[in-house]
Amino acid sequence: MDTKNSTTLQLKKKAKPRKRIINFFVSLYDINKFIIRFFKEAFVPPFEFKEIVRQCYEVGVRSFTLISLTGFIVGLIFTKQSRPSLGQFGATSWLPSLVSIAIMRALAPLVTALIAAGKVGSSIGAELGSMRVTEQIDAMEVSGTKPFKFLVCTRVLATTLTIPILATYTAFIALLGGYVNVATNEGTTYSTFMQQVFDPLTFVDFTASLIKSIVFGFTIGIVGCYQGYNSSKGTEGVGKAANGAVVTAMFLIFVEEIVIVQISSWFR
Amino acid sequence: MHKAKVPIDYNNAVITIKGLQKSFEENAVLCGIDLELYQGENLVVLGRSGTGKSVLIKVISGLLQADQGQIKVLGQDINTITDKQLQELRIRIGFSFQNSALYDSMTVRKNLEFPLVRNRRNLTQKEVDKAVETVLEAVGLSKTINQMPSELSGGQRKRIGIARTLILNPEIMLYDEPTAGLDPITCIEINELINEVQERYHTSSIIITHDLTCAKQTGDRIAMLLDGQFQRQGSFEEVFDTKDERVKPFFDYNFIQ
Repeated sequence: MDTKNSTTLQLKKKAKPRKRIINFFVSLYDINKFIIRFFKEAFVPPFEFKEIVRQCYEVGVRSFTLISLTGFIVGLIFTKQSRPSLGQFGATSWLPSLVSIAIMRALAPLVTALIAAGKVGSSIGAELGSMRVTEQIDAMEVSGTKPFKFLVCTRVLATTLTIPILATYTAFIALLGGYVNVATNEGTTYSTFMQQVFDPLTFVDFTASLIKSIVFGFTIGIVGCYQGYNSSKGTEGVGKAANGAVVTAMFLIFVEEIVIVQISSWFR
Repeated sequence: MHKAKVPIDYNNAVITIKGLQKSFEENAVLCGIDLELYQGENLVVLGRSGTGKSVLIKVISGLLQADQGQIKVLGQDINTITDKQLQELRIRIGFSFQNSALYDSMTVRKNLEFPLVRNRRNLTQKEVDKAVETVLEAVGLSKTINQMPSELSGGQRKRIGIARTLILNPEIMLYDEPTAGLDPITCIEINELINEVQERYHTSSIIITHDLTCAKQTGDRIAMLLDGQFQRQGSFEEVFDTKDERVKPFFDYNFIQ
């Protein structure tokens, strides 16, 4: 009896990873289909302009306070922590350049995207998940309207459009944080600081940063919508959708960061 | 309480179903359903929870796909029509959900406007307002126009859910458990509303329920769903005039003897 049980357990243990691998590829296929559907429906009239504007406002407002605070602190702390290292070489005058490269190339888009993934992604996942389990999406479908266009396309477009704006805002706030530290220690004027900030930056830096923000915004929107739109199993499903939206989006953001950094380095 | 006096056209079937089968993984829910709904008729589908009553109307509205069988709605085969045709067909079908499924981020007005402005894009705001007022008046809830769904009672939510489907002037109404979770008085009011809708909008309806009062008050014909098939069909009295042990307790437990 014991032998039989342990064999079953072993079989189950063997079957579990296999099922997980199959599920992973099924999800990959589903999310690809979801993305293709987005491109098929998003750019075909009639457009939901009002809803897109409302969603842009929601995305911006939801993340604004946290992004302002985080951006400022990141700039301030990064400058403060870099000072001793540069000071060893007597190169504290390079601080503005170092801070600007770090913020513009990496920190601003990444910090904005991670905060938005937590705030906006989870909210989209939970909202659509709850609409799915309470049959609101079905109700839209049976009334001859297109819920995918109204709920998914508008949200994905909103995050794709708004995250780059938020990332630009984060960059300026972070630079402000850096300036506060530099001005306190060296008494550098604002105009000198800003000149040193923009000196090392190239067109590739701005372009790569913008592309990154657009890709991150799209990822946050599409992952949140995919998780919410396909959620099931009642309230448990809503929680899973919100959690899945954050975890998957954050993971993908890091992967995309690596890929875009690698590609942009070829153009430098 | 009166039943709507809409003549039933037995030569005109608005829904025809032949050999419908639907399973979820290994669980067979519908095992060969044959059904005809005639123009102007209120058909009540009775059955215990989990017997596939809601699945049946979800297949009719195209929310679920049948495994086998032919489903013709207003002359169109649900299994073979294109997405665009299905979307156009759905405008002619009203679906009232068990939990009303009101869009909880929108006011009552926005809930009602939502399907209308997206399906009739040439309407002016004045015409939209008029249509909203008309359906709200039809369900007797004109004063709730600016309220949020969370501010409404269960009965009011049901009525607004019905109003939202009526705004597109559907030819067929599908009601999923219209009286579930409501007090007896509100149940009777909803039953009356179903009959009023049939009379005013000349709809043909399928009413899914396990509430015998609702079945008796609204149904022209009753179909009893047991073991994935319609075991008994006819008037209320005909269906329950039986010694079938699967049917009898249903009647006994619904009405206090």
